Amino acid sequence: MSSPAPKSPEQSEKSKKYDRQLRLWGDHGQKVLENAKICLINATALGTEILKSLALPGIGSFTIVDGEKITDEDIGTNFFIESDSIGASRAQVTTQNLLELNPDVRGDYIDETVDHVLAHSQDFFDTFSVVIATSLPEKVLMPLSRHLWEKNVPLIVCRSVGFLGYIRCQIKEHTIIEAHPDNENADLRLDNPWPALQEHLEKFDIPKLDNKERSHVPAVIILYYYLNQFKAEHGHLPKTRAEKEEIKRKIIESPHPDEHGIKHLEENFKEAIRYINTCVNPVKIPSNVQAILNDDSCINLHQTSSSFWVLCAALKEFVESENSLPLKGSLPDMAADTNSYVALQQLYQKQAQNQSEIIYRRALEIARTLGLSQESITETEAKLFCKYASQLNVIRGSCIADEYQKTGLDFTSYLEDPDSLLFHYITLRGLERFISEFNSYPGQLDDHVEPDLLKLKSIIGKLLAEWGCSQIIRDERVHEVCRYGGAELHSISAILGGCAAQEAIKLITSQYKPLNNTFIYDGITSTSASFTL
Amino acid sequence: MTEAQEPSQKRWAHLRKILERPGPFCHPEFEPSPEIMDFIVTSCKILVVGAGGLGCELLKDLALMGFKQIHVIDMDTIDLSNLNRQFLFRQKDIGQSKAKVAAEFINRRIPGCQVTPHFCKIQDYDEGFYRSFHIIVCGLDSIVARRWINGMIMSLLCYEDGVLDNSTIIPLVDGGTEGFKGNARVIVPGNSACVECTLDLYPPQVTYPLCTIANTPRLPEHCIEYVKVVMWPKENPFNAALDGDDTQHVGWIYEKSLERAAQFNITGVTYRLVQGVVKNIIPAVASTNAVIAGVCATEVFKIATSCCLPLNNYMVFNDVDGIYTYTYTAERKDNCVVCSQVPQTLLIPDATKMKLKDLIQTLCEDETYQMKNPGLTTTVGGKNKTLYISTIKSIEERTRDNLNKSLVELGLKDGSEIMVADATTPMTLVFCLKFQSSDVEMN
Ligand SMILES: [Zn+2]
Repeated sequence: MSSPAPKSPEQSEKSKKYDRQLRLWGDHGQKVLENAKICLINATALGTEILKSLALPGIGSFTIVDGEKITDEDIGTNFFIESDSIGASRAQVTTQNLLELNPDVRGDYIDETVDHVLAHSQDFFDTFSVVIATSLPEKVLMPLSRHLWEKNVPLIVCRSVGFLGYIRCQIKEHTIIEAHPDNENADLRLDNPWPALQEHLEKFDIPKLDNKERSHVPAVIILYYYLNQFKAEHGHLPKTRAEKEEIKRKIIESPHPDEHGIKHLEENFKEAIRYINTCVNPVKIPSNVQAILNDDSCINLHQTSSSFWVLCAALKEFVESENSLPLKGSLPDMAADTNSYVALQQLYQKQAQNQSEIIYRRALEIARTLGLSQESITETEAKLFCKYASQLNVIRGSCIADEYQKTGLDFTSYLEDPDSLLFHYITLRGLERFISEFNSYPGQLDDHVEPDLLKLKSIIGKLLAEWGCSQIIRDERVHEVCRYGGAELHSISAILGGCAAQEAIKLITSQYKPLNNTFIYDGITSTSASFTL
Repeated sequence: MTEAQEPSQKRWAHLRKILERPGPFCHPEFEPSPEIMDFIVTSCKILVVGAGGLGCELLKDLALMGFKQIHVIDMDTIDLSNLNRQFLFRQKDIGQSKAKVAAEFINRRIPGCQVTPHFCKIQDYDEGFYRSFHIIVCGLDSIVARRWINGMIMSLLCYEDGVLDNSTIIPLVDGGTEGFKGNARVIVPGNSACVECTLDLYPPQVTYPLCTIANTPRLPEHCIEYVKVVMWPKENPFNAALDGDDTQHVGWIYEKSLERAAQFNITGVTYRLVQGVVKNIIPAVASTNAVIAGVCATEVFKIATSCCLPLNNYMVFNDVDGIYTYTYTAERKDNCVVCSQVPQTLLIPDATKMKLKDLIQTLCEDETYQMKNPGLTTTVGGKNKTLYISTIKSIEERTRDNLNKSLVELGLKDGSEIMVADATTPMTLVFCLKFQSSDVEMN
């Protein structure tokens, strides 16, 4: 017992309960989630499945708007309704049962139809983080979509019928700093090292190292040495495959032969070879980031600009003066001894820290000139912004009401693909139109399946004509939707519910990339497709 | 009874539309009738393996797809960190059996549903138990347990004159999740790829070489791993095996890891990271479990009712970037250790040099076997001989010396058969040794 041991931090109950998800979106993501307010319109099985996957991870609060009374069919599909509650308010019963899932979540309900709420207090929906609607008739969807679009409140519309599912996200503008891509390249800057890195890298003369020293030197330093050598001979960095092969050969030839004259290539030298392909190319500004920096929202800031765009403006100035993005600052693990690795790692971290401070300070100045509060941009956010600068994302969606009122929908690109599931979208749009016209699902009663098939066919024909689309939907597709008779299968709603809930979490936390904008699930073939409409 | 039956008829009105109406995309042999719903409600018997993230969802999904005869097996008890997704459990249930609490909840919420819990290991039951189900659905986080169930179901197959008796087939639906990624698959034993056919889908766990963690640590993980693997057994601070659920144990690892990191100028050791490394924590969220369980339950419904063709046979899901799914047919492996009828041979390059421990290492590390603790027996001169068994202490001590003997020294010959038992399978696997060079006999 040499020195007093550092004390383990007290783990809060919350951090223990949410541990498995905090590893995905962090404490900062959780904090935003815990302040989120969700509105669910219609507590169908699909609706409550969505809220379930939002209440469990701990959203702040939810409000259910639903004027329906509970039926037998609700009991057969909806887990959050007890069997003895037939005739009771669906909003009330589901609210109570959903609240039981997580004591950290608050919830209330309005036992009124959405039409009623919309007619009497339109601004009711304005304060929610996300509004989610299921089984919403077209005549309500139109004004609601229009209203939320104007108020910049994200809307997620879902439907589950038979084996089919549909999710549509309506987001005006959504910005993402932390997209969490599955793979990303290391940011090493060997093509253009900053002075401190250059000075460090140039200390190493690889051919002069003995075997022990060789085993200690990180791949980055090895690669830099041979790149530099190449540059001295050719006047430029390797570009072609053949040029990269030349460097590879030199590295393979580099070991000192053993007593049998055989050269054994060490692990760190093998790593250096692996880095040739991914990390030698000159660091460019990715086109998606360049587009964001040239975006009108970045150039013309105003008093309501978000911190994202203020940081973009600061980044733009940085890029214009440095001709590169700020350094990521993380060094992948590579075979080396501790000191060589840590020394190199600290160089990368320090430079990233310096650059993010420059951008943070500049962003604060910009915010001040705009008259924004100084708290609107935090140092933590600026750091994340710089670290993930190469992955910044802006998604601009479209308004559902516009999509429904558009006359010239162009599906040609999707319909050329024989495997495209776009026909489901078309039949589902027909289904919605049918519900608006006849106030029931096609095939709701057994003896209606066939007559309704003809009606739905003609509705779909009209829709296609309106869109100027020559596509023909096969009769079987129409028949299948009619045979469902509006049936909701719990397992299909569970799938859709999980998907829709996660999209809501992405919109709330601004982490991971959300759906843009339409998702179709076909439970018969267990396949899915996404479309931007 | 009539009172109870009346609402239940109406309750399943949605399912009845699917099962009592003909449709253009139904299974070619599907004949709509009310009897299918009756079969689901009264006699179809389903086993849910695991009552965790997927298991809770599966029980709910199956109960609301009309299934009533459901069994659930899980040896685990409820922990606080389960509550962010295992929605049948509450704070007050912590420490209790997952299977029991889940079954009680479902039976209370859905009248008529009869979920039977089994608070035990899957290995506690024999084939008689597993044979009694129409369909088995797995929601497990352990690959070993998944392989064991797969092996069990394959062992139930009967072949007569090389022809599979179809009545011995129990379809297996299997789901898995990790963070925002998941997969679901349908295994029709003897007909489609089994878990062992596709072992290469499970990437080997990340391990750090001992020399790195001991001599040249660079990452905070290296420091934690060193404390866990080297310091804990040496210092044995609590006179007990390391328990990742014991906060004192994790606290000790955390403190020692911080010290070690400071010594090497390494930053980034946090309590959360220590827990993650010590317990090998896989991130998990409610939504992915809901999706994968929903896919699995839909497949169980399709298989039980024949209402449409089941998934053939593998689906992957990922919602890191938008929502992505991909469905494909995983191929059977012609010489699968578990589901093919092909005798297994092990190629031995040099039987005079290859020691028993090398053979065991092959069985553990080769991608097609990936065994955990294989126990080996053989017959020499008509008598049974135990070569090595690690799981029984007295036998381990008695056979330990065999590890350093060569196969020839142990009396094994070209063509000898060895019987292998392992945690990954309920069956004893028979391997025929094939010596590659015949130098042994010639010398
Ligand atoms: Zn197999």
